[in-house]
Amino acid sequence: MSEADNTADFIFPHQHLLGIEGLKEQDINHILDLADQYVEQNRRTNKKTDILTGLTQINLFFENSTRTRMSFELAGKRLGADVINMSSSGSSITKGETLLDTASTLNAMQPDLLVVRHGSSGAVMLLSRKVNCAVLNAGDGKHEHPTQALLDALTIRRRKGKIARLTIAICGDILHSRVARSNIHLLNIMGARVRVIGPATLVPENLKELGAEVFHDMKEGLKGCDVVMMLRLQTERMKGGYFPTISEYFTLYGLDYNKLSVAKPDAMIMHPGPMNRGVEIDAEVADDLTRSAIKEQVEMGVAVRMACLDILTRKKRGAGK
Amino acid sequence: MSAYTLYKNARLLDPESGLDMIGQIMAHKGKIADLGKEITAPNNANIIDCHGKCLCPGLIDMRVFVGIPGADYKDTIENTGDAAAAGGVTTVCVQPVTDQIMDDMARVEFLENRAKKAKVNFIPFPAITKQLEGKEMAEIGLMSKAGVKAFTDGNKSIANPALMSRVLKYASMFDALIIQHLAVPELSENGVMNAGALATRLGLPGIPTAAETIMLERDIRLLKSVSTRYHAAQITCQDSIEVMKAAKKNKMNVTAGVAIAHFALNEYAIEEYRTFTKISPPLRSEEDRVAVVSALKDGTIDVIVSGHDPEDPESKRVPYELAEAGVVGLETMLPVALELYHNGFMSLLDLLAKLTSNPAKIIGLKAGQLKVGYPADFCIFDPDAPQRIDPETMVSLTKNTPFDGRPVQGRILKTIVAGEIIFEV
Repeated sequence: MSEADNTADFIFPHQHLLGIEGLKEQDINHILDLADQYVEQNRRTNKKTDILTGLTQINLFFENSTRTRMSFELAGKRLGADVINMSSSGSSITKGETLLDTASTLNAMQPDLLVVRHGSSGAVMLLSRKVNCAVLNAGDGKHEHPTQALLDALTIRRRKGKIARLTIAICGDILHSRVARSNIHLLNIMGARVRVIGPATLVPENLKELGAEVFHDMKEGLKGCDVVMMLRLQTERMKGGYFPTISEYFTLYGLDYNKLSVAKPDAMIMHPGPMNRGVEIDAEVADDLTRSAIKEQVEMGVAVRMACLDILTRKKRGAGK
Repeated sequence: MSAYTLYKNARLLDPESGLDMIGQIMAHKGKIADLGKEITAPNNANIIDCHGKCLCPGLIDMRVFVGIPGADYKDTIENTGDAAAAGGVTTVCVQPVTDQIMDDMARVEFLENRAKKAKVNFIPFPAITKQLEGKEMAEIGLMSKAGVKAFTDGNKSIANPALMSRVLKYASMFDALIIQHLAVPELSENGVMNAGALATRLGLPGIPTAAETIMLERDIRLLKSVSTRYHAAQITCQDSIEVMKAAKKNKMNVTAGVAIAHFALNEYAIEEYRTFTKISPPLRSEEDRVAVVSALKDGTIDVIVSGHDPEDPESKRVPYELAEAGVVGLETMLPVALELYHNGFMSLLDLLAKLTSNPAKIIGLKAGQLKVGYPADFCIFDPDAPQRIDPETMVSLTKNTPFDGRPVQGRILKTIVAGEIIFEV
């Protein structure tokens, strides 16, 4: 049986995609295999298929987002779904009451897929219990952002040919990052060696219990790494005093060629975006086409999200075995 | 109807005297008239056969929040009284945290008047500081003179050390009990659960145990120069327990309580963001929970409370970070506490002391003992009867219990206040 057939038969064992935690290596491999096929589709002139024709996808964003929402919108449209966006500026919907009211209202409109982002950890899980359709977590508070971890994994796998046994450093503001949490889970499941690097105020020591080695010295942490994942400094979530100044932060934790020199010569650089140039990453490094995979990540994002929308609707569509 | 009621064939349990025997106890005009193996009762006495079940002093709960005045939709005094009765609790100590803060004599009297309609005794614990703001002292002197025995800012700490120092000095003149909620605001106000690996994994802001222990250490330091009676409302971690243990060893006038949730659950009860597990202080690690059990056993912790805090469903049906803290507990307090007895950690009498005689002595109430002249407030229960905690069968209007579905052993059969049966199954 060819690999493609294998992917076509895959049935995802969960109703929703709420996080990476709880997924199995084979689930992740299947999603990545399928996403590889969608990368090819997206590079054709005609990018559209009709597998989701007749299905309705609602993107429900309680937190501002441009790139993730657009990525999901493109993913849905390229598969032929009817896609509707519903955003709320932070202030109007912050109370959970409204969250569940919104959920039940939308549920009554019979959507098949709900893509949800919310500022509170656990909010998407709460919502998923109140609706009948598949729910896809597009980021909940500081908890998880599963499609980001999946697109990162796809980017790594395509460049390095594997994920297992690679040494991967996640750098910067881990404390406030759902991307870091999802990546730590995913890379552990796939057998990579995970390091986290950042100041002690932004890197909880107990990350060891989640399967990451903790470093506070950037060069020490980057030594011998295959992949360097930078994170955005989420100053909007910080109420004062996590580090003294931006310039001190950049000096100690900003990725530049000097610090990068201790990583493997072919180490690739990633960033989930949006970047703060000169804060967590030097502009030259970010634009270095041989090292930086940042643009590729955006491309992989659409493909991975198409794969997720596909597998979450397979039972409903009678696809797969 | 005779003025005398004889409870016969009861397993009398009095923690204070160590009494544990099958016998009889007689109530007359709301008080205990006599007790013993075989007592002589008037011919016309009402006789109630207890069938060998346990009869102990009615439970005294030092930490109960009510909706009144101002938030009747959450709870009413009557309903709190009914829930207490169903839990064998005959005395409820009301925290000042209501919509209209109980911080002066007028509001204390309002509560006492409303409480006359309820089936159990209500003891007001008014605020230490005006409006619970932690800035100015409430009228501790006037309220003490009018009979108030204890003061607390409920679920807020007196954070300012200068004010706390003055409060302790001032309260000592009236022998008032000062009850402190232990949480350094700056370390706890943004947190929603115990700080640690689980909080990191769930992406929820944590409250370190240091928030509690630092406040306790500071208060103990301030207490070295005054003789005020001080009660730590809840201590929930190993570090605080060590501080409390040392203070007691130094013969300081300090006592401590703990809520049932803190020795019966750990932080993992939160899994999948169950908002019914959100309380203050938060559920702690398993190591801390085990330490709390040991501290109950060795006497470092004197009192068990329900921490009963009704929250309406709407304030719990939200993401964890946005949910109100608070769980109901009056009806589950004894069955859950009995786990300590069934698991062999404590004798029945030692456990009951934390629910009856100890709180009475700390507050200064003539209650909590089976003794002639004391109130005829009893709890009759079967310590072995199995049941599964079911919110649907609870009397409490709000059902926010973290013990939903938990199998327990122990059932309240009858609750008696001032000689009257106010609850029976």
